[in-house]
Amino acid sequence: MKGDNEHRSIRRQRGRWAARAIFFCLSVVAAGFINLQIFSSDLYTLRSSENRLRTITVPAPRGTIYDRHGRAIADNVPGYDVSMLPGPRDSISAGLDRLAERLELSPERRAALLSRNRDRPGEALVVRENANFEQVAFIEERRPRFRRVVVDQRPHRRYPAGSAVAHMIGYVGEISPEELTRPEYAGYESGRSIGKAGLEQQYEHRLAGRDGIRYAEVNALGSVVRDLGVAQAQAPVPGEDLHLGIDLDLQVYADSVFPEGMRGGVVALDPVTGEVLLLYSHPTFDPNAFIGGIPLDLWNALREHPDNPLLDRVSNASYPPGSTWKLIMSAVGMKTADLAIDTYHTHGCDGGLWYHTRRFRCWLSRGHGRLNLSEAIKHSCNVWFYQAGQRIGLDPLLAGVGEFGFGRTTGIDLPSERPGLFPDSRQWYDDRLGRGGWTEAVVWNLSIGQGENEQTLLAMAQFYAALATGRAPVRPHLVRDEMLAQRRADWTLDLREVQRRQLVDALARVVNEPGGTAYGSRLARWTLAGKTGTAQNPHGEPHSWFVGFAPAYDPRIVIAAVVEHGHPDGAPSLAVPLAAGIVDRHLEALGLPPEETPGVRPTEALRVQAGG
Amino acid sequence: MIARLRIPGVGDPALLALVLFLTGLGIAMIYSAGLVDVPSLATGIWVRQLYWFGVAIVALAVTSRFSLRFLEWLAPWAYGLSVLLLILVLFIGTGPNGSWLELGPGRLQPAEVAKLGTILMLARVMGGAPGPYERLLELWKPAVITLIPFALVLRQPDLGSAMIFGALLLAALFWSGVPLFKIFLLASPGLSLLLGFNWIAWGVGFLVVVAGLYVHRLFILETVGVLLANVFTGALTLRIWDSLADYQRNRLLVFLDPDIDPLGAGWHLIQSKVAIGSGGVIGAGFANGPQKRLAFLPEQHTDFIFSVVGEEFGFIGVMLFLVLFAFLLWRVLGVASSMDDRFGSLIAFCLFAVLLTHIVVNLGMAVGMMPVVGLPLPLLSYGGSFLLVLYAGFGMVQRVAWEA
Repeated sequence: MKGDNEHRSIRRQRGRWAARAIFFCLSVVAAGFINLQIFSSDLYTLRSSENRLRTITVPAPRGTIYDRHGRAIADNVPGYDVSMLPGPRDSISAGLDRLAERLELSPERRAALLSRNRDRPGEALVVRENANFEQVAFIEERRPRFRRVVVDQRPHRRYPAGSAVAHMIGYVGEISPEELTRPEYAGYESGRSIGKAGLEQQYEHRLAGRDGIRYAEVNALGSVVRDLGVAQAQAPVPGEDLHLGIDLDLQVYADSVFPEGMRGGVVALDPVTGEVLLLYSHPTFDPNAFIGGIPLDLWNALREHPDNPLLDRVSNASYPPGSTWKLIMSAVGMKTADLAIDTYHTHGCDGGLWYHTRRFRCWLSRGHGRLNLSEAIKHSCNVWFYQAGQRIGLDPLLAGVGEFGFGRTTGIDLPSERPGLFPDSRQWYDDRLGRGGWTEAVVWNLSIGQGENEQTLLAMAQFYAALATGRAPVRPHLVRDEMLAQRRADWTLDLREVQRRQLVDALARVVNEPGGTAYGSRLARWTLAGKTGTAQNPHGEPHSWFVGFAPAYDPRIVIAAVVEHGHPDGAPSLAVPLAAGIVDRHLEALGLPPEETPGVRPTEALRVQAGG
Repeated sequence: MIARLRIPGVGDPALLALVLFLTGLGIAMIYSAGLVDVPSLATGIWVRQLYWFGVAIVALAVTSRFSLRFLEWLAPWAYGLSVLLLILVLFIGTGPNGSWLELGPGRLQPAEVAKLGTILMLARVMGGAPGPYERLLELWKPAVITLIPFALVLRQPDLGSAMIFGALLLAALFWSGVPLFKIFLLASPGLSLLLGFNWIAWGVGFLVVVAGLYVHRLFILETVGVLLANVFTGALTLRIWDSLADYQRNRLLVFLDPDIDPLGAGWHLIQSKVAIGSGGVIGAGFANGPQKRLAFLPEQHTDFIFSVVGEEFGFIGVMLFLVLFAFLLWRVLGVASSMDDRFGSLIAFCLFAVLLTHIVVNLGMAVGMMPVVGLPLPLLSYGGSFLLVLYAGFGMVQRVAWEA
C-alpha cells in the first residue's frame, strides 16, 4: 500500500517526539514533587502539625502559701475545667448553646466567651472552671456530641482557713481583657487565673509558675482524636511556695473573737523583724468563692454591701488615731520642745481648756487635775496634750510628724497599701481652707489625734514597733524573707534611749497601773504596754483603738487594732480586750516564760527623779 | 529503540505485568486511603475496587480476543452507544455531578465509556483515510466525532473529562501525520479562549496565528475560518467567565493561589500539598499518613490518591511510581509505533494520549501545578468505570501488539 511506508516514517519520527513528551511531562511533575518534598518539606511538615495539633495549656500549680508553722494558708486541689478547642465561630457558638444550661453559663458569660474567641481565635476557650462531677459526667456521657470539648483536671486554689485570711491572702480570678493588655501580664493567655488581690496579686509572678503545653490531635472536623499528653510537650513549672510570718492560729483566733457585727481590723508585727504575725480585717469574705469565677450576684453583694467586706481595713483604710496619737506628740515634743516625762503645764486639767472663746474638752469632764507627761499618757489627758501642742507649735509639729513617716506608706508587701493623712505644711491648710480660713487651733485637734489626721493601723504599728525596740523602724512584711527583714523605713525615731524608755514605762502604766485607761485588759503573765484611743468621727459613735506591744521590756509583738464605732459613750472600748487577747495568745504560743511580776519597771533615772 | 517482546495470544507481557502490578498497588493505596480516624466513604472501598479489578480482567481478556477488523466493524456501534449513554445520563444521571448511570448492581460513568468509543471511531475514520490530511476542511469528520461527546460531557458538567476528548483529537491528528502547524491552527481557538482574559495577550496570540497563516498560505476559506474562530472564542471568554458562579471561578483560579479560598476551593490543593510535602523523602509509612488519617485530605481514594502515596511513601515512593508510569506509557507507545496497521496503531496511540493526559493532569493537580479539574489517576484511583474502560483498552492494545 502506498501510504504505509510514508506512515511508518511519520510514526517513527512522532514516536520519538512522544517518547520525549513522556520524559518532559513526567520531569515537570517530578520537579513539582522535588519542590514539595525536598525543598519545602519542613514548611509542609510544620503545616501538617499545625493542621492536626491543637495546643492545650496545662496550668502550672500555683505555689503553696504557708504560715510561720508550715500550715497551708493557700494550696491547690484538683478541679475539672471545661474548655473548647479553637474552631469556626458558629461551631463554638453552637457548642456553647449546648453546654449553657448544664454548665450554668449566664448570657453575659456566654457573650464574654464569644467575644474572647473573636479576639483570640487560636486559643482554647476555658468555658467553665471547677466544673462539678455532674457537669463533667454530662459531657463525658455525650462525648460524640461534644467533640470539640476538652475536660482537664487542673489544680485549683483552696484557702483552708477561708474568710480568716481573706484580706491578707487576696484571691485569684480569671484575667480580664484589660489586664491582658498590661505589660506585667505579657505572655498570659486569656482564661488564665491570676492573683487579684492581697498576696496572690503581690506575688503573682513568683506564685504563678510557668504553664505547660499539651497537644491534642484533631481531625479535619476539629474533633479531638487523641490526647498526646504532657509527656510530648512542655511540662508546667510549678509556682514558688511562699512562707509567711503569719500565724494561722492567730488569724483564726482573731476571726473568732472580733466583735460580732462590728467593722475594723487588727494587725500584729514582730517588732524586731517586721514580720506580720496577724493581718485581719472585719467583716470578711470567703476567698474560696472566687475560684472558678465568682457568681455575679455574690460579687455584687460583696461590692455593694454597706460594710464593704472587700476592703482591707489594715492597709487600705485610715482612721483618726485618737489618743493613740499622743505617743507621737510626746516623741515630737521631746525632740523639738524640750518636753520631758515629768513636764507639767501651766494649766491643770479641769475637764477642758479655753482657746480664746472656744473650749476644747478633755474626755473626762471632771478633769484630771495636775499631771505630767507620764500621767497624761496613763490617763490619756487631752488638756495636757493641747498645751503640749501649743508648746511645740504648728510648724514644728507638722515637720516632726512627717519625720516619723506618717502620711507615707509603710511598704508592706501588699498590692494596694494606702498612706494615712497628715498635713505636711501650712500650705496644706491654705490650699484647702483658704488663707485665713483656719486658725492655729488646728494644733490642738492634731495633738489628740483628731482633725486632719487619719492613720492606718500599719503606720501606727510601725511607729509603736520603733518605740518598743528603739531600733530603726521595720517595714512590715508578710513573706518571711531575709531581704525583707533587713529593710528599714526611711526615718528614725531619734529619741534618746532614756526618753524612749520613759515613754515605754508610761505605756506600761496605761495597762498595768490602776487608773490606766487599759487597766481592765492587763495580762496576768506579761507586761502589756500600749495606748487606747477613742477617735471622734463624723459617721457615728467613736472608733475604738488600741496600739501596744508586749512584753513591754522585751517586745515580741506589736499590735494595732481598731473597731469602728467600737467605743460608744459609757461602754467599754472594744479594741482593747481584743488586742490584749491576741497578744496573750501569741506570747503563749511563743512559749515565752511568764514574767515574775508583770508591771511597770521604772527606769533608774525616773526612780531617782521620783525619789528626789 | 523500542524493545519488541511479543507473545502470541497475549501481546506485550511486560505491559500486561505493569498494568496488573500498578492496579495491585492502586488497590493497596485505596485500602490505605480508607484507614482514617473519621467515618469515611473510603473505608473498605478497596474491596469494591477488587471486584472491579476482577471484572476488568475479564474485559481485558475479551477485548484482547477481538480481531482488529472486528473492532473496526464494532467502532460505529460502540461510538453510537457511547453517545446514547451520554445523552441518557444528562436526563437520568445520578451522583454529585449527575455523571453516573445506575446499572443494576453497579454504576457506570458514560464519560469513561465514551473515551473508548471515541478512540475506536477516530481510529476507524482516520485509519481508513488516504494518507495525512492536506486541508483543514478535511478534518471535519474527526472534529465532529470528538465534538459530540466533548459537548455532552461538558454539559454534565465535567470539564476534566471533556478535556480528554480534545486531547484525543489532537493525539489522533498528531499520530496520523497532520503537520504540527495545522494542529496548532486547529487548537488556536481554544488558546484564544484562554488568552481572551487580556486583550493584549489575545492580540499577540492572534498576530502569531495571522503570521503563521501568511507563511503557510492556506486556502482562503480555511484562513478566514481560523481567524473568525479565534475572534469568536476570544470575545466569548469574558462572557463565559461572567456567567460562571463564584465557586466555579475560584476552582479555576485557586491553583494560582490556593489561599484566596483556603476553606473552599483552595482546600483540596492546600491539603494535598501539605500531605505530599510533609511526606518528605521517606514518607510516613504505608497506612500511616496523618493528614489522610485525620481526614484533612479530601477525595483521598479518588482524585487525590497520589497525595496519599506522597505522604506515606515520600519522595522515594513517588519517584518509583513515576518510573512505573513512564514504563507503562513507553510500552503503550511502543505498541503504537510497532504497528503498521493504522487503525490498530491509532488505538494504541490514543490510549497512550489518554493515559498521559490523565497522569500529567492528575499529578500536576496533586502538587498544585494545575487547576483542580478532577481527573482520576489511571490504575490507582478508585473508580470502576475508568478501570474497566482502561482494561478494555489495554486488551485492545495487547491485541494490536500481538497482531503487529
